[in-house]
Amino acid sequence: MTAVVTAPRAARHRPAVVEMVLEHARLWALFLVVVVWVAIWAVTQGQHTLALSASAITDTHRQLQDASNWVEDAASSGSSAWVNAANTFADWINSVFEWLQHIFTVPEFPRPLPQIGWLGTIALAALVTFAAAGWRSLLLVVPSFLAFGFLGYWTDSIDLLLVTGIAVVISAAVGIPLGLWMGHSKVVTAIVTPVLDFMQTMPSFVYLLPISILFGIGAAAAIIVTLIYATPPVVRITAHGIRTLPAGVMEATASMGQSRRQRLTKVELPLAKRTIIVGINQTMMAALSMATIAAFIDGPGLGQPVLDGLKRGQLGTSFVAGIAIVIMAIMLDRTTTAASVRVEQASRADKAHTALRRGALGAGAIGTLVALYLSHNYVWANEFPSSPDLGTPIRDKVDQFGQWLLTDVSSLTTSIETNFTEKFLNPVQSLLADSPWFVTATAIALIAAIVGGMRALLFTAVCLAGIYYLDLWNFSMVTLTSVLVATAIVVLLAVVVGVWMGRSRVVDRIVRPFLDAGQTMPPFVFLIPIFILFGPNRFTAMVAGVIYAAPVAIKLVADGIRGVSTETVEAAESSGTNKWQMITKVQLPMSRGSLLLATNQGLLYVLSMVVIGGMAGAGALGFDIVHGFRNSSYVGRGLAAGISVVLLGIMLDRITTYGAQRAARSQASSEGITARWRRVLHIAPPPQVSHG
Amino acid sequence: MRVKRTQAVLAAVAAAMALTLGACGGGSIQNAKQPAGGKDCGDLNMAVNPWVGYEANAYVVGYIAQTKLGCTVNYKDLDEQVSWKGFGNDTVDVVIENWGHPELQKKYMASKGGDGTAVDAGLTGNDGIIGWYVPPWMKDKYPDITDWHNLNKYASLFKTPESGDLGTFYDGDPGFVTNDEALVKNLNLNYKVVFTGSETALIEAFRKAEENKTPMIGYFYEPQWFMSEVPLVKVDLPKYTPGCDADPTKVACDYPPYPLNKVVSKDFADSGSPAYTLVKNFNWNNDNQNQVARWIAVDQMDPTDAAKKWVDANPDKVNAWLKGTGVTS
Repeated sequence: MTAVVTAPRAARHRPAVVEMVLEHARLWALFLVVVVWVAIWAVTQGQHTLALSASAITDTHRQLQDASNWVEDAASSGSSAWVNAANTFADWINSVFEWLQHIFTVPEFPRPLPQIGWLGTIALAALVTFAAAGWRSLLLVVPSFLAFGFLGYWTDSIDLLLVTGIAVVISAAVGIPLGLWMGHSKVVTAIVTPVLDFMQTMPSFVYLLPISILFGIGAAAAIIVTLIYATPPVVRITAHGIRTLPAGVMEATASMGQSRRQRLTKVELPLAKRTIIVGINQTMMAALSMATIAAFIDGPGLGQPVLDGLKRGQLGTSFVAGIAIVIMAIMLDRTTTAASVRVEQASRADKAHTALRRGALGAGAIGTLVALYLSHNYVWANEFPSSPDLGTPIRDKVDQFGQWLLTDVSSLTTSIETNFTEKFLNPVQSLLADSPWFVTATAIALIAAIVGGMRALLFTAVCLAGIYYLDLWNFSMVTLTSVLVATAIVVLLAVVVGVWMGRSRVVDRIVRPFLDAGQTMPPFVFLIPIFILFGPNRFTAMVAGVIYAAPVAIKLVADGIRGVSTETVEAAESSGTNKWQMITKVQLPMSRGSLLLATNQGLLYVLSMVVIGGMAGAGALGFDIVHGFRNSSYVGRGLAAGISVVLLGIMLDRITTYGAQRAARSQASSEGITARWRRVLHIAPPPQVSHG
Repeated sequence: MRVKRTQAVLAAVAAAMALTLGACGGGSIQNAKQPAGGKDCGDLNMAVNPWVGYEANAYVVGYIAQTKLGCTVNYKDLDEQVSWKGFGNDTVDVVIENWGHPELQKKYMASKGGDGTAVDAGLTGNDGIIGWYVPPWMKDKYPDITDWHNLNKYASLFKTPESGDLGTFYDGDPGFVTNDEALVKNLNLNYKVVFTGSETALIEAFRKAEENKTPMIGYFYEPQWFMSEVPLVKVDLPKYTPGCDADPTKVACDYPPYPLNKVVSKDFADSGSPAYTLVKNFNWNNDNQNQVARWIAVDQMDPTDAAKKWVDANPDKVNAWLKGTGVTS
């Protein structure tokens, strides 16, 4: 009953009542569109659905296939300058990688062991960590390296570090200058942004084959595949860092008559340094997430045991390798974050402290040299000891767990799957995919216009036209359904868990490591257990998408809730609101920007799981993409499916982004949202930032 | 598979190590000696296509090439399409188990009008069978289910939310040959093909169906290690006759038998490497492959260890394969 009393009070705080009405007008309009859509669907379903059998190939697909064959032939003939350049580049990367491998992981005949074994590698890693991130990070880095060995994946772990390292160095070398340029030029931004969108949303399976043809089978192809996905973050975040430099500082330095070059090196780069390191951190995480995908074309590293486990039906094998990847991700994330904090502290450090640090660094360097010497000359310091073996017991336990799921749990979970699919997923899919295509298209366009305005409508129209042209309309709608339903679950989870975390530091501390693990564990690892629970179908694919997308959405909501100023919360408390009212009337409405952002990211993360969904029984576009990769007669159709996924991604992103901007304009400033966004980009929570 | 290579080289120099360890009295690292049979072999680039039966072939041949012929074996985890492409630029020498793939033959085999980078290296001795299978408990309960004429009678058993009023028929990895959509249509079966999209998904589904005694029908194949865990029962489709599958949209007959073969790059075949002779001679039966595959998949042995175990137990076969290489075990 008290809710009735406090509701108008909350409303009275808003500046314009008209706005509230408008807000409701949009909701009513959405409702109307859906009602009319359902009514039309009821009488027309099953007509003009543009359904296409899974093995059919249309003229458009044939054209794409011809185009792809043409590129392939050009690549193998080796006559054009482009191909030669690609080969040179690949040779160069391969030789760098091989050189590093001979140092760390692969012996070069006649030497029976690599130049530097585990002791030298760990000492070197420790020294670099100490120099870049400080001694505290050693407490994470050294145990992590030891864990790689104890889990039984020393060589694969170091190989993955090498691949990731090379990919990050190249990404930074290309991405930072490009980001700087974007930060200064609206024209460059307008040209580069769609390219970055494309690179991030195009499923990697579509370009695995062409890349391995153009750059040859080997480490180079794996690194280039990684680069395509991992470069955009550092470009975007660098550009963002430059754009958000305080205007006052920039004007002041401009008036001092500096040249452009001076301004760049003396002012902009130092000021944006921390943001750029955040960009590198994100690029590193993206590169690691490609480890398993790259293993499909023999990419070295931990992706290979993950796929081995999947191939052999060994849950435990995949899981242990997955843990090693999670450890690596958390280690790299925390260390680069510590390094970025240090960049700021270093400039403020006093002389005595600097001298002490230099001394410690010197001592560390000597210790490292000794370790390198031992590691080069003695077997015990080179070959990682085979005991204690943590990998085998964990693997066995996980396998037992899988057996338990199969025998004791799976009949229960199957009924959950059946009910959900029949009562919820199938009706929604029928509405989207079984309505005549023009009805669905009109409905989506109207929804886009209502939520995101004219710009969203424009993007939606273009994307839908593209999907229509690519001849995979029906499958696109099936995929869209799964994405929308999975995102709905993600948002629901994000609100429930996010609010819980946002309101309690303790809960946050406990839950966040699990979110980090969920975000960095390769999705292939949890495929087998969900197969056991739910069998191969669309529901299973959705579960995989939810597991992958929920962590980032939960973190966004949690940070949004925490971002509500303490004054507001205290004011509400003093006026006698209870806990439930606090959440629904104050905290959730105040963090509406974060909610929309969580929706946006949820959609894109779920969409990025479409291909894995195709391997889990979801069919539709994901299946077409896998089909194109696995069967050379379907390359054209796979390409069409890949582009359709990109178009769906851009459409959903624009609708939600413009929708969020509209909401933000009526409420919090968009800067607040970007700041929050930047913090959540870290898989780690940043040191506590006080708001308000 | 760098680990495997590392381990293998380590094994190759173990003898040298043992000697020097005694001499130096410590764990210092000494250079390796040239392996025993190290003449003319050089690198052997072995594609490892993504299924366990293939791994069994690849690691048995690779292990013999390494230990008896002194080759440096590079195992490359690749799927079929990428492997065949690799013949052209010498990054792949051998595909050790090939399931037909007329579309790839057309592209890369001179005899089929391709660019001539791939050549046939004879049969592996394994007989590939593709077909429709049900878990064993269904055969016990519905003995006549193995005749396709009765499939419509049982269609309602196989209903899932994926297929509405029809029965669900599960298909596997899209890289494998399938006519199932056409078969369902041309045999007028009340089923819908659901694409699981991967071998793992299919195997887990069959395992679960047998464990919980739930109905399931799907595409499967032999040789396959999983058959020794759950002996799936084949459903008889209309008999295959040569040419009955000529038009992929009109297929109404069972899959043809697939005598599995080996494919190698032209350069490797012409190189005169003893490894090529070994690959050409290699021939074993489905039981042999299933045995090694089971060690890898079920007993979780390292593929190289599994290969060693089999090679040590079967010297006669191995010797026959080594004929013409100038080396005997």
